[in-house]
Amino acid sequence: MIYREAGDFKTNYVSDGQTFPLRFDRWAYGLLLAVAFLVIPFVIDDYWANAVFVPFLIYAIAAIGLNILTGYCGQVSLGTGGFMAVGAYAAYKLMTAFPDVPFPVHVVLAGGITAAVGVLFGLPSLRIKGFYLAVATLAAQFFLVWLFNKVPWFYNYSASGQISAPTREVFGWAVTGPSATPAASYLICLIFLTVLALIARNLTRGTTGRTWMAIRDMDIAAEIIGVNPLTAKLSAFAVSSFFIGVAGALFFAVYLGAVEVGSAFGIQKSFLVLFMIIIGGLGSIFGSFAGAAFLVLLPVLLKAIGVDMLGWPTDIVAHIQLVIVGALIILFLVLEPHGLAQLWRVTKEKLRLWPFPY
Amino acid sequence: MKTKTLAAAAAASLLATSALADLVIPDLSYRTGPYAAGGIPFSDGYQDYFELLNQRDGGIGGEPIRVIECETAYDTERGVECYESTKGEGALVYQPLSTGITYQLIPKTAEDGIPMHTMGYGRTSAANGAVFHNIFNYPANYWDGASVIVNYLLDQNEGSLDGKRIALVYHNSAYGKEPIPTLTQLSQDLGFELIEIPVDHPGQEQSSQWLQIRRERPDYVVMYGWGVMNQVAIQEAANIRYPMDQFIGIWWSGAEHDVTPAGAAADGYLAASFTGLDDFPVLDEIQELVIDAGHGAGDGQSIGNVQYIRGMYAAMLAAEAIRTAQELSGNTDITAAEMRDGMEALEVTNATMEAWGAPGIGPEFSVSCQNHGGPGRGLIVRWNASEGSFEPVSDWIDADRAGVIDPLIVSDSEAYAAEAGIEAGCE
Repeated sequence: MIYREAGDFKTNYVSDGQTFPLRFDRWAYGLLLAVAFLVIPFVIDDYWANAVFVPFLIYAIAAIGLNILTGYCGQVSLGTGGFMAVGAYAAYKLMTAFPDVPFPVHVVLAGGITAAVGVLFGLPSLRIKGFYLAVATLAAQFFLVWLFNKVPWFYNYSASGQISAPTREVFGWAVTGPSATPAASYLICLIFLTVLALIARNLTRGTTGRTWMAIRDMDIAAEIIGVNPLTAKLSAFAVSSFFIGVAGALFFAVYLGAVEVGSAFGIQKSFLVLFMIIIGGLGSIFGSFAGAAFLVLLPVLLKAIGVDMLGWPTDIVAHIQLVIVGALIILFLVLEPHGLAQLWRVTKEKLRLWPFPY
Repeated sequence: MKTKTLAAAAAASLLATSALADLVIPDLSYRTGPYAAGGIPFSDGYQDYFELLNQRDGGIGGEPIRVIECETAYDTERGVECYESTKGEGALVYQPLSTGITYQLIPKTAEDGIPMHTMGYGRTSAANGAVFHNIFNYPANYWDGASVIVNYLLDQNEGSLDGKRIALVYHNSAYGKEPIPTLTQLSQDLGFELIEIPVDHPGQEQSSQWLQIRRERPDYVVMYGWGVMNQVAIQEAANIRYPMDQFIGIWWSGAEHDVTPAGAAADGYLAASFTGLDDFPVLDEIQELVIDAGHGAGDGQSIGNVQYIRGMYAAMLAAEAIRTAQELSGNTDITAAEMRDGMEALEVTNATMEAWGAPGIGPEFSVSCQNHGGPGRGLIVRWNASEGSFEPVSDWIDADRAGVIDPLIVSDSEAYAAEAGIEAGCE
């Protein structure tokens, strides 16, 4: 009825190629952005920022990054935690070495450094693929964590080996450090996510994305039709690592404020982001958002229901949480291997025909 | 979208249940994960003592105590979430029992003006109250622990450790790295060689570390471990037949659950302790009024364990600080700022501990703005496998505060003050 193409005429190539072909989608998208930018910053408090929104936004960036590599280019990576650590430590070194440079510049530079490291660890992908590549990226994960623990230069020789983010301001608003307001930390993450998601969406719709997908679907065929596997694979590693590096920098500086590499960027982080894109949907930007939201919100929600509403003991709730998340992952893999994004796609298809399906 | 509305509904109900006039104590516990073995008894002891005060005295100064438990699984992210979700309830003092979470919360608590008590853990230089206004780590810290152990070894070796080789097996995190500056300093002063052997989280796999110890044959092994790492290390030490009387753990590496898996082979294992370990009369009261009455935080199995006593001691110190704060401010329903003042004016004497029903549970001490770290004393205890208990083998040993630790505390806390832009000073 309302969700349909009819009456929405496309008279030029630009409007024909836009991201949201339906007027309803464009409205919904505009409304979502308006709420995210103009309403939430005024009502957000410490709890909602630190428990829900900031982690969701940061994990969404990381999930988009991994989705570019794994979902679009087909290169399995288990090194996400290690690459996030590169972003975090790069941001820390830059923030402490150049205190006068604006914080967003540091975040972008940290992403750039991570991209370079990602390309380096992406080199094996030119020779090996599948499980063997997963093992190579796993080596990156362990090597990077070990490196940041071993070399004191990375944590400025602090006695504890922890890095903590100094206070930095953007337009007079503290965005890192303890005096940052929840609205400021939320907004800086939201801006980074919005810009990066737009870049990712448009990259994947253009030539670059098509070469990635060609490599993913069949690398030999892609090579025959003229796709250069070297540039395609390495550019996927670079772009993906850039996103993950930005996520790592924000995770450290804006969200946690102080990190210890082993506990914050261990192997479990790599798996968490991998689960996000598997549950959300491989090869889908929306899927990255859905997966991140699902895995960030579910524990908070289960805790709110179990501990605060039902008054169960905290350890029981923590155990039940593991059981539920595990069961849901299995259920998703069995019932909907393409993830939440596919459910969303099917819903939209049905909505277009509603109320007269054939 | 649907999950978000559900979460909103859940959060709304959470907010609706708060706002009661009572003393709110959050307990950031961990009953799951690789560190649960130490987290469960500590949390049980902490909560049971407050419950005893509620049952026996109707709270403190007539105000009931409300403990809010929040599971962190020793994970820093969940620790932050727990902090944010409990601080709005009027939290008086935090006790996270995790050095990683402590580091996370130091700037946040300073901003919010809520005190934090990191008893025997956390950031050592927080002992300088002129910089860390609302962080307290009395009665002892990690550097005291290292110094107490070295002083004990000096005592065993007729006052000289020259030419000895001491290995430090440590949890490769902020916690395990804490004693390295002190031990490095001491090794230079006393002429022993320090061998650093890190163990990565969670520490279930330590064969290469113990192979190194077997090869290097150090005279002593000092361990800064926690959780499953302790059990594995003691088992590995038993496997390579490393003499247990040359193996000394810090206080977080010396509880029943750490040594029992190795059985009789663990007999003679040494550990430091900042609490006396005894059959305190208060434990009978807890058994009768809390556990038998069905108000216990856990299943009642852990009562009297080493970490249970530590948790109970932490609760006693918090309760005493609340009493002090009530006297200072004149009102019973104190705020977090008044609690901070109470902690800074805290004084524990033998008579106080007698009144708690726990004589000799800790040293006598008083807190001041210059010293948030207490006296820095420790015992050395030895595991008796046939009796199943830790027995003291030394008297209270003083750490070398004046010579080694205080200068390190001053330099580290001043570096933090410069980094974080804090103006140091006492009022």
